[in-house]
Amino acid sequence: MKLLNYTSKYLAFLLLAVITLWALAFYYAMLDEIYDSLDDGLENQKILLLKRAKEDPGILDNNDFNKHVYSFTPIQQQQYENHQERYQDTLMYMINEEDFEPVRIYESTLKAEGRYYKLKIITSMVEEDDLIEDLVSYLIGLYFVLVLSILVLNNLLLKRIWKPFYDLIAQLKSFNIEQKPQITLTPTAVEEFNLLNTTVSELINSAHKSYNEQKQFIENASHELQTPLAISINKLELFLEKNSLTDDQLMHMASVLDNLGRLTRLNKSLLLLSKIENKQFQEAEPIDFNVLAQECITDFKEIAIHKGIDLKLHATDGIQFKMNKDLARILLTNLIKNALVHGKPQNPVTLSIANKQLQVRNTGTASPLDAELIFARFKKIGATEKSTGLGLPIARAIAEKYNLTLRYTFDGEHTFTVQFPK
Amino acid sequence: MKILIIEDEPQMLDNMRDTLEQERYLVETASTFAEASFKIGSYDYDCILLDIMLPDGNGLNLLKQLKDLGKEEGVIIVSANDSLDDRIQGLNMGADDYLPKPFHTAELNARVQAVLRRRNFEGNKYIEIGNVVIDPESRSLTIADKEVILNRKEYDILTYLISNKTRLVTKAALAEHVWGDHIDQADSFDFIYSQIKNLRKKLENATIKVGAVYGIGYKLELD
Repeated sequence: MKLLNYTSKYLAFLLLAVITLWALAFYYAMLDEIYDSLDDGLENQKILLLKRAKEDPGILDNNDFNKHVYSFTPIQQQQYENHQERYQDTLMYMINEEDFEPVRIYESTLKAEGRYYKLKIITSMVEEDDLIEDLVSYLIGLYFVLVLSILVLNNLLLKRIWKPFYDLIAQLKSFNIEQKPQITLTPTAVEEFNLLNTTVSELINSAHKSYNEQKQFIENASHELQTPLAISINKLELFLEKNSLTDDQLMHMASVLDNLGRLTRLNKSLLLLSKIENKQFQEAEPIDFNVLAQECITDFKEIAIHKGIDLKLHATDGIQFKMNKDLARILLTNLIKNALVHGKPQNPVTLSIANKQLQVRNTGTASPLDAELIFARFKKIGATEKSTGLGLPIARAIAEKYNLTLRYTFDGEHTFTVQFPK
Repeated sequence: MKILIIEDEPQMLDNMRDTLEQERYLVETASTFAEASFKIGSYDYDCILLDIMLPDGNGLNLLKQLKDLGKEEGVIIVSANDSLDDRIQGLNMGADDYLPKPFHTAELNARVQAVLRRRNFEGNKYIEIGNVVIDPESRSLTIADKEVILNRKEYDILTYLISNKTRLVTKAALAEHVWGDHIDQADSFDFIYSQIKNLRKKLENATIKVGAVYGIGYKLELD
């Protein structure tokens, strides 16, 4: 629910409660005022009747309400003295309304012409049900007018006030730390929004700075390691060229060179992994995996033949996917490499493309491997000393970067499956 | 052939100079941006090896300087920072090649030769060695005027060995050059041997032959 409607919802509930309470209070206050004013009128009439009785004692004989709105009933002195003034609400048939309507009766006593009378004066009273009905309908009207004006106010005024906020949110939604942040802030007179704007832009700048520093750190680390590696390897190569060594000496040198090569590969793999995880491969293009798979198989042909492995492609489907070309190739070569390294000689390694799935299958140990462990860094499972232990983690990192799933299953053959979107 | 190496790491510089001087190139060096900038402005070279991370400036600015001067030197960027951005930027700015560190001496040699050959294309269309003639354009090979068919990898191995003729080429250098960057984690480089065997068969009538350096690699020898 949007912020604007959210507040409107609460305001609507609050208004309902407030108006209901207010209606009750208003109703009783009004009623009280009406009674007060009626009672005053009745008392006033009594005084007028007393005055009239002096001039026209005949009215004292009027003892029902048929002719007048008052009646006199003779009473004993005893009753006169004990009597207390009182008002009473009752119903009386009204000809114009053709119904019983509430009336207010004022009962008082008086002494006139040396005799005692009980005086009753009636006056038509407010119709409470009508009053309530009117009150309720007017208040419902008021409620809707208020809610409507709140909605209008929110949508016109508040929308304009909150504009900087929504602008910021819209920009944050498309914010990508890998690209240079380009947040344009809407100037606003609201202090909180200004605070939000400055805080957000500071946050973004520092996040971007950290990102760049991290990127820089990887690059620097790589630089620091690559140069001494390069120097060592080149020095050895030059040394070997310039000196004639015995076979035994050559063997030792070969071993040193081999290990330097391993170190180089390890460094490169670590670097690659960090770069993928730091999302440094932004360029993407549509990759035809059938073509790429064929290319990779050609690349690995000699290695496969050397190991006596029959490396083949079996495609019943085409896979086209937009991703970084280098990463696509690394993903495939790492899976094939893994299959060739662990595959048993004289057994096939099959690359298959079907149902938007790319599978690499190889024979190997007869039991399944730990599906999670094999994707962990530096977990070498029965591996040769020369593998870096980073091939499958890199493959998985690449798959994850593009929201592809890379999973391992075992059904007599070790199978790695990359699932592409259908 | 005059080559300028711009590299701030002294030992790296020594190795590179050593490698190229063996090919009888005239090698000059610069270890700072300022020195490199002066030499580029004052002299002409056939090829420049450019480390883009220099203590007093970005090597890419030297590329720009070359362009501004209207110079046509072949430039190979040498960088420990194998980032795609730098590679693309460097090549867009007119560099001929990009060689990430660490590299093998044989690879450096091959790349420099390739650049020099491209630069002096008119005079030297064919590569001739002994009775072997290679046409790089059609990737074809004749031995004593008879065409011999090589597959892609055999061709790549042979030209790589020719670029480094009479020099040691390690198995790792050969594998990385011919099979590419990502193949190098595969098991061992023993598989190269069968390729060399095939190549030797096809070179039977040639006056060059592929010699082995025990346990380490190969060397192209002239009869």
